[in-house]
Amino acid sequence: MRGRFVFKGARVVDPTAGTDEVRDVWVDQGRIAAGPVEAAETIRAEGLVLAPGLVDLHAHLRQPGFEHKETIETGTRAAAVGGYTAVAAMANTDPVTDHAAIVHEVRDLAAAYGLCDVFPVGAITKGLAGESLAEMGEMVEAGVRMFSDDGNPVPTARLLRNALTYAKAFSAEVVLADHAEDGPLVAGGQMHEGAVASSLGLAGRPAEAEEIAVARDLAIARMTGGRLHLCHLSSARAVELVRRAKADGIRVTAEVTPHHLVFTHEDLVTYDTNLKMHPPVRTHEDREALRAGLADGTIDAVATDHAPHAVEEKEAEFDLSPPGTIGLETALAAVLTELVHPGILPLGRALEAMASAPARILGAGDHGGPIEVGRAANLVLVDLDREWTVEPPFTSKARNSAFTGRRLRGRVLATMLRGELTVANGKATR
Amino acid sequence: MSGKVMDEADVRRALTRISHEILERDRGIEGVVLVGIADRGDDLARRIAAEVERIEGAAVPVGVLDITFYRDDIGLTTEAPEVHETRIPFDVSGKTVVLVDDVLYTGRTIRAAMDALMDLGRPRKIQLAVLVDRGHRELPIRADYVGKNVPTSRADDVRVQIRELDGQDAVVVEEP
Amino acid sequence: MNKHLLSMHDLTAEDVTRVLDTAASFREVGSRVIKKVPALRGRTVVNFFMENSTRTRISFELAAKRLSADVINFSAGGSSVSKGESLKDTALTLQAMGADAIVIRHSSSGSPLQLTRWVEGHVLNAGDGTHEHPTQGLLDLYTMREKLGRLEGLRVAIVGDVMHSRVARSLSFGLVKMGAEVTLVGPPTLIPPEAPEWGVHVGYDIDAVVPKLDVCYILRVQKERQRQEYFPSVREYARLFGLTRERAALLPEGSLVMHPGPMNRGIEIDSDVADLPTSVIEEQVTNGIAIRMALLYLLLGGSGEGEVA
Repeated sequence: MRGRFVFKGARVVDPTAGTDEVRDVWVDQGRIAAGPVEAAETIRAEGLVLAPGLVDLHAHLRQPGFEHKETIETGTRAAAVGGYTAVAAMANTDPVTDHAAIVHEVRDLAAAYGLCDVFPVGAITKGLAGESLAEMGEMVEAGVRMFSDDGNPVPTARLLRNALTYAKAFSAEVVLADHAEDGPLVAGGQMHEGAVASSLGLAGRPAEAEEIAVARDLAIARMTGGRLHLCHLSSARAVELVRRAKADGIRVTAEVTPHHLVFTHEDLVTYDTNLKMHPPVRTHEDREALRAGLADGTIDAVATDHAPHAVEEKEAEFDLSPPGTIGLETALAAVLTELVHPGILPLGRALEAMASAPARILGAGDHGGPIEVGRAANLVLVDLDREWTVEPPFTSKARNSAFTGRRLRGRVLATMLRGELTVANGKATR
Repeated sequence: MSGKVMDEADVRRALTRISHEILERDRGIEGVVLVGIADRGDDLARRIAAEVERIEGAAVPVGVLDITFYRDDIGLTTEAPEVHETRIPFDVSGKTVVLVDDVLYTGRTIRAAMDALMDLGRPRKIQLAVLVDRGHRELPIRADYVGKNVPTSRADDVRVQIRELDGQDAVVVEEP
Repeated sequence: MNKHLLSMHDLTAEDVTRVLDTAASFREVGSRVIKKVPALRGRTVVNFFMENSTRTRISFELAAKRLSADVINFSAGGSSVSKGESLKDTALTLQAMGADAIVIRHSSSGSPLQLTRWVEGHVLNAGDGTHEHPTQGLLDLYTMREKLGRLEGLRVAIVGDVMHSRVARSLSFGLVKMGAEVTLVGPPTLIPPEAPEWGVHVGYDIDAVVPKLDVCYILRVQKERQRQEYFPSVREYARLFGLTRERAALLPEGSLVMHPGPMNRGIEIDSDVADLPTSVIEEQVTNGIAIRMALLYLLLGGSGEGEVA
């Protein structure tokens, strides 16, 4: 019967419940069922991991306005293929998502495609201009719980203070996410400032720019008592600042991308534009600090910063190429390959960082587990050992993957959104 | 034939004879210049010049010509052929140019040398003097003055050693 | 030698010596009445100049023509992106022209290397952004070797805006490779902090350095762009770092004054210093053609599969 499934013999890893055990999981009418249901379709899951569907705190779906790079349809399909059941869509669309109408448009489009839940992120400032506050109240009423000017840093302490203070008015709790990089210090910079940039003749974006912005943001968060989220951390010093801030009780959460966990600035000697991102990938020491921060919880979540661009945009000169890499389809596999399989990060912690923690930060109650009776069946089924090579074409419309050509170990076989399979046998169902 | 085909004395006699032949053919050194083909032809040319000066009591101009840029196999090999110096401090136009080289084989080097000379001026006449002619011409080229004819097979390696570069004068043929 | 010349790092010390020796032969060709040899007859060299530079382009054009190659000059008004065409598409167009070699001058660092991914011919970097300008570096090495008889142990100062100078990078890498002792001198804001990792010394006091030099290499002060952030005024720059007549008089006997051109007379170098006999600035230009001929010859002359007879 439709809507009835059993995942037979799965290794259920539930970060919220803290369990890792082999059992059957029954799904009926969009929810986890208590026990066997008649005429359920069997999904053989022996030797496979069943976990809560992944949640991405940071993706650029590009619609409205930049449909040549990606659309909500292709982006959510890519998310599903990557094991995601929920994605936060950043506000740097055209027009900018700085009022409720766009929020509704984005959410409704995603719902119509039914591939992945989209949580539109509202802009902090009108038009992302960094000057006056956007109509946050109206957007909160439309369901927005995260605000960000990402693409751009919040330019002044004054503005961030006003935004965090203003946010106290809402009955719902919101979080402000900042792309923490001091604008003037990194202006014109193409990659991490250091010996590699110097010999490649590329202007640098120093790690100090992140350190300064993070320190500023943490002080403002302390001052206002508001909830701050730091996007895509890239440096050791930033991790250390967050660690101390949490110890001091500041309400801050942080994310790191798979590419910052894997690459360093030395990988840029080939001027590969797929490795150009803001903030840039930095030194070995920074990478180790990010990994350690993720392992000990200083960094709460892994987020993709999925940033699709048209092929010709990335085939341009390095300094003219827009920054960013796509990441929805490779995030889990990259984390498994580079961190979990080598024993650097336990599987449970990885899934917590990719599902339950981001769900909590985003306020996406139906996502991230626990996998228990009555809850919405938002699940992902993973073969931890299946190997594959990352090469285009991808499910995403775009091809700019930093992982192009790499061999990864770990593959999503099925993704279930509220009891419906969006991905089966590794492929999107629609 | 394998082994040393000319020793020090053979080389000396051959160069002396060539020097006499040039003087006889060209009726003295009036208007004659010697141009050695780099890099072994250079030393041979100078030795002939010295010998001619000894016989005639007057000096004959000597220069060295590198023909690398005129070779017909540029771009066909994995490394660009090595370049040597060209130094011809006189005008070749109107002169009888005697090209001097160590071994005459396919004739391609001489073809290149003639093209190079033509770019430097308009010689009245070009003649060719070689220490060894090993046959197997691929172009219609012949030597005017030959030290020794040495029949070889294509697989043989003919090496001319000269005192200035190799410490001794000799011509050695090695079969594969 | 490598297939491409993108950076000084593409050459070993032996390669550099080979290039300089070959250039000497091409200098001789340049002194003949017929300044042409048939070495690259039938080959096509494309000058892909995205950045204005008549001097360098003419130098490459003459070099190719004197080797009997066919030359195509391709200069697009702006960047490929501004024309709505990707760098890759421009590369494919050059490829379709049958280019055996592409000489690229571009304002974006790394574009020559990017080009090698899309074309089959040899790529020569004629200056990319603030990255490198290897042919300039080589012609400067040639000038130094010719005038001073050696490169090893030479004491060379490179003075000025090193941070934004591709010439300074290539020359530093080349000199260090050949065993020279290099000191970078300039305002601290214009010397990359990582420069000591290139194997060079760094100094901020030109007067301390000048009396112990074999070569004083002066970089152009870039008055354009936002240089005010890096030093207060050209007047102060000239006073602190300019090669004035007084400073030039402190140079040891027999040392050279060099400049990649074009000069800002009166700023980084006094007019009369530029015209002194110790200044070899004119010869740098002549040597440029010979070096470029040598590079084209060595790259294209070795593009086959056979053995040298």
